[in-house]
Amino acid sequence: MIIQALAFYLFAAVAVASGVMVVSARNPVHSVLFLILAFFNAAALFVLMGAEFLAMVLVIVYVGAVAVLFLFVVMMLDINFVALRQGFQQYLPVGALVGLVLVAELVLVFGAWAVAPGAEAVGTDPIPVAGEITNAHALGLVLYTKYAYLFQVAGLILLVAMIGAIVLTHRQRDGVKKQRIAAQLDRRREDSLEVVKVRSGEGI
Amino acid sequence: MEIGLAHYLTVAAILFALGIFGIFLNRKNVIIILMSIELMLLAVNINLVAFSAHLGDLVGQIFAMFVLGIAAAEAAIGLAILVVYFRNRGTIAVEDLNVMKG
Repeated sequence: MIIQALAFYLFAAVAVASGVMVVSARNPVHSVLFLILAFFNAAALFVLMGAEFLAMVLVIVYVGAVAVLFLFVVMMLDINFVALRQGFQQYLPVGALVGLVLVAELVLVFGAWAVAPGAEAVGTDPIPVAGEITNAHALGLVLYTKYAYLFQVAGLILLVAMIGAIVLTHRQRDGVKKQRIAAQLDRRREDSLEVVKVRSGEGI
Repeated sequence: MEIGLAHYLTVAAILFALGIFGIFLNRKNVIIILMSIELMLLAVNINLVAFSAHLGDLVGQIFAMFVLGIAAAEAAIGLAILVVYFRNRGTIAVEDLNVMKG
């Protein structure tokens, strides 16, 4: 139990610290890298809570896809980040004020949180006893039966996002030589080869 | 010393507030604003999983998974719009984002 508490405090502290660095780092590349660190620690917190499958999905989806996407965009666009940091000091007090008020409110709410008696009994899909079946197995049993339709809709949204991203960023470039197979196959001997009889001494 | 629901909820609350703080702090940089939104969604996911673990109900984890997928779609579309905008205008400053040509 003490090990669990220590692990929680370690992961939580690193997650919060890297969250601070995400919003305050001078270089956006460092911001992305700290975002990856925050995601890793959040995944560790998920493992502590017993949601192993979600933790692995978080690492794969966020660290493997989203954060790398951010990294690509930050590195490929030639942006003057110094100019974008103008007014950083100016917004600091009001931002800190709003953030602190929000944290205070949320902690007050959560500190007085009490679960209604019998709330556990209302849940429709109880988490199986550890060791019976794995977390991924239990999630699959619920996701592919009760929430199959929503699962399909989520896949559709991802498809639309993929097509949208490709349509938005794809561009026709001028001056690029491309192979046109139809034109190559249409080509005949008469179009490209001409036999000319040249008399000697006259030229064409 | 027992780590309960309130501990996880507090961590999530701090992360969420950091996301809002980041939006205030980097009001000109769309990339950092998008990253702050990702941070806030992560905090929401921690909340969902914490309640799921506390109440012993799997549905919270299912919902967190949907949030994860939609967040990925949102990041992809947002960054694509950002790339197109940068190509057209040569900047990503938020205060220049007020001109729309239909």
